[in-house]
Amino acid sequence: MNNVIVRDYDIPANDFTAAGEASSSVRKILVQLGVSPYVVKRTSIAMYEAEINAVIHGHGGKAHVEIDGSKVYIRISDEGPGIPDLELAMQEGYSTAPDSIREMGFGAGMGLSNIKKHSDIMKIDTEVNKGTTVHITVFFNAI
Amino acid sequence: MRIAEIAELLKAEICTKDPSQDLDILSACSADLMSDVMAFSKENAMLLTGLVNPQVVRTAEMMDIKVVVFVRGKKPQPPMIELAEEKGIVLLSTDYPLFVASGKLYSKGIRGRGE
Ligand SMILES: Nc1ncnc2c1ncn2[C@@H]1O[C@H](COP(=O)(O)OP(=O)(O)O)[C@@H](O)[C@H]1O
Ligand SMILES: [Mg+2]
Repeated sequence: MNNVIVRDYDIPANDFTAAGEASSSVRKILVQLGVSPYVVKRTSIAMYEAEINAVIHGHGGKAHVEIDGSKVYIRISDEGPGIPDLELAMQEGYSTAPDSIREMGFGAGMGLSNIKKHSDIMKIDTEVNKGTTVHITVFFNAI
Repeated sequence: MRIAEIAELLKAEICTKDPSQDLDILSACSADLMSDVMAFSKENAMLLTGLVNPQVVRTAEMMDIKVVVFVRGKKPQPPMIELAEEKGIVLLSTDYPLFVASGKLYSKGIRGRGE
């Protein structure tokens, strides 16, 4: 497969019902391409965590996805408040999510570390008051 | 365990239509925090939870969870049922609380696959 599949999605703000639709769509594409269940699951977890973060912390945003024969690249960007201390935010258990989010089942502070764990390359660009972009790459031949 | 056996054991209502007959559930996890399911559940095919919102179905989808049991009599709303049916996920609702429902399943040999 030499051609690249490119998809772009809107991640609506404050729409807790729609959150996860982009991840679900990408998951469907990967399954259809015959990508291994292990890679599908890693990609799904990483992208869904980033998508949820864009909804609950970033006032919504956008997802850009490129799939070629060897990898899936996902970029989730928002124009939210940004992350002042990325090192702290990466720590397991650290969360600024309000109780209302916790009541919805999220905000345990495991998301960013979970993205890191389930991707092969993870990069975060963030600037306070400008926004956050999370880059995720998962290779298909990963063991 | 088959869906029908689980439903009988938990005196549960099957909320989605046409649940798969040949699904054989061997493992489960119980949690109200979907963040924990995402971070800690490894290969569990069933989720027991007291949380009812569409992200429970989403989380199940991403984690390859095939069956979700809502405890303490909580019932999924029609949009959730629709989403689950679209994804081929079975939704059950039992009156038992989380601990008791989990214990009943454990006593029948269902195990948790954690870290
Ligand atoms: N897109 C984002 N925009 C702003 N802040 C973010 C974003 N993603 C993560 N954060 C910050 O990093 C913290 C940790 O994120 P994460 O590990 O996903 O945990 P959680 O989402 O459960 O709080 C969040 O509580 C928030 O303060
Ligand atoms: Mg998060």
